[in-house]
Amino acid sequence: MSESTAPKAVEAPLNFLDDRLGSTTFFKRNMKKVFPDHWSFMLGEIALYSFIILLLTGTFLTLWFKPSMVEVVYDGSYTKLQGVKMSEAYASTLHISFDVRGGLLMRQIHHWAAILFMASILAHMLRVFFTGAYRKPRELNWLIGIGMFTMGMLEGLFGYSLPDDLLSGTGLRITQGVAESIPLVGTYIYMFLFGGEFPGTDIVPRMYMLHILLIPGLILGLITAHMMIMWHQKHTAMPTQHQTEQQVYGYPFYPVFMAKTGAYFLFTFGVLALLGAFAQINPIWLFGPYDPGAISSASQPDWYMGVLEGSLRIMPNWEITAWGHTLSLNVLIPALLPLGIVFGGAAAWPFIEQWVTGDKRHHHVNTRPRNAPVRTATGMAAVTFYGLLWIAGANDVVADRFSVSLFATTWFFRFAVFLGPVLAFIVTKRICLGLQRKDADVIGHGVESGIILMSPEGRFTERHEPAREEERVVLLSKENARPEAPAVDARGVPAPGAKGPLGHLRSRLNRAWQFDDVPVEEHAENGHAELEGDKETARH
Amino acid sequence: MKRFTAWRRRPWAGYAVVLAALAAIGVIYAGFSPRTDRAEAANSAQAAPDLANGKALFNQNCASCHGLNAEGTKDAEGKPISPSLIGVGAASVDFQVSTGRMPAMNPGAQMPRKRPIPAFDTSIKTDHEDPEERAAAEKQKAQAEKNLADLRAYIASLGGGPEVPPASAVDPKKGDVALGGKLFRTNCAQCHSFTGQGGALTGGKYAPPLSNDDVTPTQIYEAMLTGPQAMPVFNDTTLTAEEKQAIIAYIVQIREEPNPGGNGLGRIGPVSEGLAGWLIGIGLLVLAAMWITAKKPKKLKKS
Repeated sequence: MSESTAPKAVEAPLNFLDDRLGSTTFFKRNMKKVFPDHWSFMLGEIALYSFIILLLTGTFLTLWFKPSMVEVVYDGSYTKLQGVKMSEAYASTLHISFDVRGGLLMRQIHHWAAILFMASILAHMLRVFFTGAYRKPRELNWLIGIGMFTMGMLEGLFGYSLPDDLLSGTGLRITQGVAESIPLVGTYIYMFLFGGEFPGTDIVPRMYMLHILLIPGLILGLITAHMMIMWHQKHTAMPTQHQTEQQVYGYPFYPVFMAKTGAYFLFTFGVLALLGAFAQINPIWLFGPYDPGAISSASQPDWYMGVLEGSLRIMPNWEITAWGHTLSLNVLIPALLPLGIVFGGAAAWPFIEQWVTGDKRHHHVNTRPRNAPVRTATGMAAVTFYGLLWIAGANDVVADRFSVSLFATTWFFRFAVFLGPVLAFIVTKRICLGLQRKDADVIGHGVESGIILMSPEGRFTERHEPAREEERVVLLSKENARPEAPAVDARGVPAPGAKGPLGHLRSRLNRAWQFDDVPVEEHAENGHAELEGDKETARH
Repeated sequence: MKRFTAWRRRPWAGYAVVLAALAAIGVIYAGFSPRTDRAEAANSAQAAPDLANGKALFNQNCASCHGLNAEGTKDAEGKPISPSLIGVGAASVDFQVSTGRMPAMNPGAQMPRKRPIPAFDTSIKTDHEDPEERAAAEKQKAQAEKNLADLRAYIASLGGGPEVPPASAVDPKKGDVALGGKLFRTNCAQCHSFTGQGGALTGGKYAPPLSNDDVTPTQIYEAMLTGPQAMPVFNDTTLTAEEKQAIIAYIVQIREEPNPGGNGLGRIGPVSEGLAGWLIGIGLLVLAAMWITAKKPKKLKKS
């Protein structure tokens, strides 16, 4: 906690609030809350600020958007669609784009903000995963985050489907197919959602309600919970010199962090305005109004749906028909399985890890990714799995741009999606262990100083110097593998956690978690000298 | 030298070397890669066809694959190597030769568009400073146009077939753009993409881009009429001449239309948008975050 106090102008209103709200000194105390400094801690803030911008620009768009499927004949300033029949939703989106002052800019900022919102959540989740920041006591916030990403996918899908253009209509058609492929209740869900045969006239108003009211409300609630829990639990920190599990080391909210995060809001807004002004996004006038009889090549969803698109594209055409009913595995599996594995796995991971390692302690200092090789390797395997499916969603663009055969890409991804993650796991784990070895070397032998010494006999050696203190703290933050508890004690009684098939599994996984750990520790002075001496003699 | 040695150990040295290497490779590649020049509209100046010249050109450039009498050739198992040209018509010849697809260099899944061989290259540059050079270029161009016309006439004389459309039928300014857009989305976009950016097809084939302005209205019309390579034929009962003109109007006007929203990102939809969002959006914000968090307040004491 910082010793400095806020000036009167800040202190007085806070006292006012504390007095009125009965929060004793909550506001006054929390002005001094300390935030650790690291660039990757700002990734989540991009999502927060994008969401604020989404709310503002979205409100602007609702002033002109008409969520209606009534057929109209276009008569606006975009001449290339003049006289074309289209839904009122599409016509009003054209109106916003071409006839409302600043409308196109707002639409583009809104869409770019959605792209960045989702991208920053994913980047933030990767940061949290690879540094182990989701560990106890922060599992709940991790789950809330996964919930927000899933909710954001739906919000995005409904949002870009609203203009009723040919591209999003194609996506909506896939949504309908997915709903219909659900066993037993599929057709009912489809009819309930669309209020009749696809596309019908109900879907746009319904999506509109979900898009502007229900889902943003839920996301807002989750954001609030996320922030309050984060504030209460305090931020995790990177292992740095003064950081301990007991005390956060960083700058106080007022005046430092507040200025930084305020500036960062402006940065986010600036980047979004830049993109909105100079990079065209979702040009629905080029896509044309939705027509179930038309389709375009290179029909892709926005990036966060790409992984679903990719799974659908590489899925073999499997169907089971029995007793007059069809089970469309070709749609059902790609819709549920890959994301189920990634997000279900991510949600279960903190608890699985706790169970495997038996580590039930609170953690406030992050792990360096190399110091948890199995976790890092699993994460990279998931990234590879997700990434391959993601690229597979753009396989026709890839085939076209890089002049490769479309079918070849499909078959490549069909295999790569299984082999890639395994390969990524092995490679990442080896890299982590290599880095651990390097750290152990730096701690054990010091860093190469670049100074060559010549001994009286004429032998050349390089002098090693101990690493700087800050660096040593970071390297020594590694928690070395603890010796395994024996499965049976001296009297042959099995340890309580190791009983039964589940216990066996646990102890095997526990072994796999840490058996090849490279201890990073300081050698006793003489030990070091001995080691050097050994090397010398070995060289002769 | 001493400065370099010091720089070598800087944290950014590795990045700088990689960046410099990438830049060097880029420059070298740009220097060596074949330049693709744009062809001008090849609207043929009609002259009296010289069938003898057409036949001579055919024997020289086409007969090795299509047979001495344009009857096509087959391999030992009876599978066709190249199709018969009897009845394909002048439009087909004009399309294939003026886009450089024929004479084909090597058979593959699909013949790529390329610069036509000199004998048929009607897009030769004629705006030279030197009057002699210009005269020579103009002569060569006129000869190429005559050659193309003769070859068309010769193939048409073998068995008729669709004619090259008159200039008035392909004028993009006269077509109904709104109708053209509708027809394009229904008939063309599934392969050529929304704005004619092209796309991948099965078996290594692809729909070529229509968004470059070397794709002339005449060529678009001929392609619809004759259905080259993987493309289906859209004869006048499927798409009337007016509808074809509407489609041409849409393709040409949409590619000339500026992007009101800024950079079009290749007009290929969400793939490039996602890429830009991640690389530019997240990239810039990560840089901003690094900069902000690297700033240390001067006066504040830490406990």
